Amino acid sequence: MNKNNQKITIQNLILHYSDGTESLQDISLDIPAHAITVIFGPAGGGKSSLLRVLNRLNDLVDVVKLEGEVYLDDLDVLSPKTDVIALRRRVGMVFARPVVLPMSIQENITYGLEIAGIKDDQRLEDSLEKAALWEEVKDRLDDPAVTLSGGQQQRLCLARVLALEPEVILLDEPTSGLDPISTGKVEESLQALKEDYTIVLVPHSVQQAARTADYAAFFLQGKLIEYAPGNLLFTNPQDQRTQDYVEGRFG
Amino acid sequence: MTDQKGTRVRYLKQRLGFRLLSSMAILTILPIIAVVIYIVIQGAPAISREFITGFPEDGMRAGGIWPAIVGTFYLTLGTAIFSVPLGIGAAIYLSEYAPQNRFTQMIRISIINLAGIPSVVYGLFGLGLFVLFLNFGTSILAGSLTLAIMTLPVIISTAEEALRAVPQAFRTVSISVGATKWQTIRRIVLPEALPGILTGVILGLERAAGETAPILFTVAAFFLPRLPNSPLDATMALPYHLFVISTQVPGMPIKIQYGTALVLLTFVLSMNIIATVIRSRARASRQW
Repeated sequence: MNKNNQKITIQNLILHYSDGTESLQDISLDIPAHAITVIFGPAGGGKSSLLRVLNRLNDLVDVVKLEGEVYLDDLDVLSPKTDVIALRRRVGMVFARPVVLPMSIQENITYGLEIAGIKDDQRLEDSLEKAALWEEVKDRLDDPAVTLSGGQQQRLCLARVLALEPEVILLDEPTSGLDPISTGKVEESLQALKEDYTIVLVPHSVQQAARTADYAAFFLQGKLIEYAPGNLLFTNPQDQRTQDYVEGRFG
Repeated sequence: MTDQKGTRVRYLKQRLGFRLLSSMAILTILPIIAVVIYIVIQGAPAISREFITGFPEDGMRAGGIWPAIVGTFYLTLGTAIFSVPLGIGAAIYLSEYAPQNRFTQMIRISIINLAGIPSVVYGLFGLGLFVLFLNFGTSILAGSLTLAIMTLPVIISTAEEALRAVPQAFRTVSISVGATKWQTIRRIVLPEALPGILTGVILGLERAAGETAPILFTVAAFFLPRLPNSPLDATMALPYHLFVISTQVPGMPIKIQYGTALVLLTFVLSMNIIATVIRSRARASRQW
């Protein structure tokens, strides 16, 4: 992998929750810029936990042990001195269940901007365009966001992240509740977006992982089993466990 | 054949159970209807312009109850000024910030116990602390503070419940787009919880407006045929006035007693109705 192109560097990351549930065990992983890196594996493998560390959303939950290093370019992500607000603007997150805020479609986009003190009307349209939602909502921007369909809501969540012009977009099973057509739209958007962003995706199925991955990391019970370019990992996995999972023998 | 019979018996049992439960539900609304009808029938003849806006005359046996209405209004307002900001603030702390530890546990236990203290004890406490020790005298200030302490647990617990009902996902999303915790609370959580908080506030104040014991020693005047013109004045108040004219004044015309009760009931029930309307409107517009 081209080291110069690295966006996120994870070294020896260890994480334990206070209730002892999901954890990460000594993860080292380099995530390249301008590509889709897929983190996949069975439930409880630590995929969401890893994503939440990358923009420090793990601050919101009880973590008893967090060791190792995470760098976003030169920024020490885990340092207590790091400005988490600025970090979260650089690293956006789309969640599994589309959560629109209880306000209008437009306000869902402008909320993050207003808080950041950004006044830029063009970003509303741009972000909705990039999330392939503009045509569907341009005449009803003042409607409550909950009146959108599930697929539209998830694209609105993507647009909300894009409006902040982040560098990295984290997506935690963003299509798990969507129908195949909406899923296709989201995946299309991601392919277009990787030109400008670094994308880390937890897919909702192995098929989606194989469809979208430029790079793929297979996680099992908190351990990184195998990490390789997607075309290699899915056609010629090196680890027996990866092969078994990819071929659907467990999970 | 036996199967069919078994089914019939079960249906019969179901119908019987339903009848029993629905008649119990009806029984619970009977007392309130009975009270309202009785008070209205007895009190309505007393209601007139002079009764509402006039001052008591002839040892309170005639005239109106305007000073008591104004007094109760001021007391309710004063109670709101002291208890609402404090109660909502405490609720925000408990719901959004407080860690799960012994200190938080202690606060919660205190609130529960505060709610269980008999109101006459609050009255005595108010007399000791506000009237005598802090030297506020028998005044609207002392009475409002006493009622505020009594109202706090209601406001805190309903407000905390309303805040907790706001989905956690809203907070996570707000934080994830770069909001601070306080921005999240102010812009997302509080607006969502506001109808629930308001309901609690109104229910708490309504209780304060109708209480007699806490104001007995702290503010209420037996007979004061003028309006208070400072928070340090004593005042008449509807519940205490009702107590006085029902038990302390011989030869009192019945209709004045029930007229006063009707005014107090209207005051309290209309606050109740406002709370109900706010709550049902919020429920109707809630889309998550």
